Amino acid sequence: MSDPADLTGLTLKDALEGLRGRRFSSEEITRAHLEAMAAARPLNAFVLETPDQALAMARASDARIAAGGAGPLEGAPIGVKDLFCTKGVRSTAGSRILGNFVPPYESTVTANLWRDGAVMLGKLNMDEFAMGSSNETSAFGPVVNPWRSAGSNRALTPGGSSGGSAAAVAAHLALGATATDTGGSIRQPASLTGTVGVKPTYGRCSRWGVVAFASSLDQAGPLARTVEDAALLLRSMSGHDPKDSTSLTAEVPDFPSFVGRSPKGLRVGVPKEYRVDGMPPEIEALWTQGVAWLKEAGCEVVEVSLPHTRYALPAYYIIAPAEASSNLARYDGMRYGLRVDAPTLSEVYEETRAAGFGEEVKRRILIGAYVLSAGYYDAYYLKAQKVRRRIADDFATVFEQVDALLTPTAPSAAFALGEKAADPVAMYLNDIFTVTVNLAGLPAMSVPGGLDAQGLPLGLQLIGRALDESTLFTLAGALEKAADFRGRPQRWW
Amino acid sequence: MTIDAATVRKVAKLAHIRESEDRLEGLAKELSGILQWIEQLGEVDTDGVEPMASAVALALPLREDAVTEGGNPAEILANAPAARNNFFVVPKVVE
Repeated sequence: MSDPADLTGLTLKDALEGLRGRRFSSEEITRAHLEAMAAARPLNAFVLETPDQALAMARASDARIAAGGAGPLEGAPIGVKDLFCTKGVRSTAGSRILGNFVPPYESTVTANLWRDGAVMLGKLNMDEFAMGSSNETSAFGPVVNPWRSAGSNRALTPGGSSGGSAAAVAAHLALGATATDTGGSIRQPASLTGTVGVKPTYGRCSRWGVVAFASSLDQAGPLARTVEDAALLLRSMSGHDPKDSTSLTAEVPDFPSFVGRSPKGLRVGVPKEYRVDGMPPEIEALWTQGVAWLKEAGCEVVEVSLPHTRYALPAYYIIAPAEASSNLARYDGMRYGLRVDAPTLSEVYEETRAAGFGEEVKRRILIGAYVLSAGYYDAYYLKAQKVRRRIADDFATVFEQVDALLTPTAPSAAFALGEKAADPVAMYLNDIFTVTVNLAGLPAMSVPGGLDAQGLPLGLQLIGRALDESTLFTLAGALEKAADFRGRPQRWW
Repeated sequence: MTIDAATVRKVAKLAHIRESEDRLEGLAKELSGILQWIEQLGEVDTDGVEPMASAVALALPLREDAVTEGGNPAEILANAPAARNNFFVVPKVVE
């Protein structure tokens, strides 16, 4: 029996090696994580702990390992964002409106992970319907970042919407986690918690069984503590799925094999429009440091231009609410979830949705209904779709000259809970560097680059060509090696 | 573009969300703030630009029009707020 603290300290890759080498069992490493999870409830990272299921899955994994039939992730305990439907396990999307919804089916992404032997520890907290950048819109209350500023015990946000996933991985409550990214919801929390987050090419991971927010932007991906761990998870999560009509048929590369390769000779662009007014000097310094690291590793770094960058967020705040207002029309209290009784059918709908949705979700549904309403469709929705094309064309042009782009991930380090909650537009600006790739459908990832003066992690973002996650894994591996990021939050919980 | 309380009332009705009268002014202000920020899109020249609805350029796949799943009413009704005899029970629609 190994020391439980040692087992939660392992990377996913080392854990898989230990499991295959029979140095410890899946039951042992799963128990170690269940204990860490139970001890970390002040973080509010999990909305549902599933210890019985975790142990049953772990024992089944141990039996497969003993029989010589181990899958690529056999026996590794992970967490699942509560946006993924899990068969027989309550799935809420962080909302009251789903009530005690227990899906009779499993999302394709999680089914792929269980097929490959992963073990589910529980369901992770998130902003309601993935709408938020601080986890404060969750019906279950905000997740608290395991990181704190030096000398302070103020509660900070882990970012959002995949805040529970990021906090659980950063605090060593899980070896990795699933997450989703519609405008930055994997990468911004990764940056704020010192973890690695990957938003793959749109269509790489099936959306089937993932509660829909904005269907033309939503994409699942992993959060992990190392680039290689993220590659291992993404390899299992990806793949064509006939149940998602926008799922890509492209073959899934062996992502982990691209980590550790030399990036020598790759051309990396630095988009000048990402140097925004008011950018904290520490973020600018980290970006410059990232350029130096890539040059030292043999990359050629050139300045490029993405002229429509500043219009990405306003276009997103038409397109995403428009899609959300139609996707969320299904929550009417008739077939599942919350129903508030009232005298007429119309009133049942209106009262159910008033009670079930939180403020930010209602705000976005109203914006979406407004921009799609008669007389405004062309001025808002059609205009935004045209700007979206301009943004995608900008990327297509620069990817004729470069293999990838390097930018900061987020405009600030973790901020305090409550600090930006009163001003929707200030909150939306968190996604200023991440939202562009969702509009264009491109892959991107965030890698920890270092700590700021307060001791809080900061991330660097790499953006790649469609379907070229492999190059990103090579570059991210080089950045990870150069940054030698070993930061870990001091345990206070 | 600023929107007023009457517009918010209309949009909330379209979206089937009850909003109490005393919240309409505040919401109108908040939504106007967001819409004013969005309006910078007007600066972008989009003449002759094809609208982009999806990040995937492929045509949607077709399949046989055949039942792929079914015959599981118990599963479908398991989460219903009210169900009887393999049907959803809903409020009376027609008097």
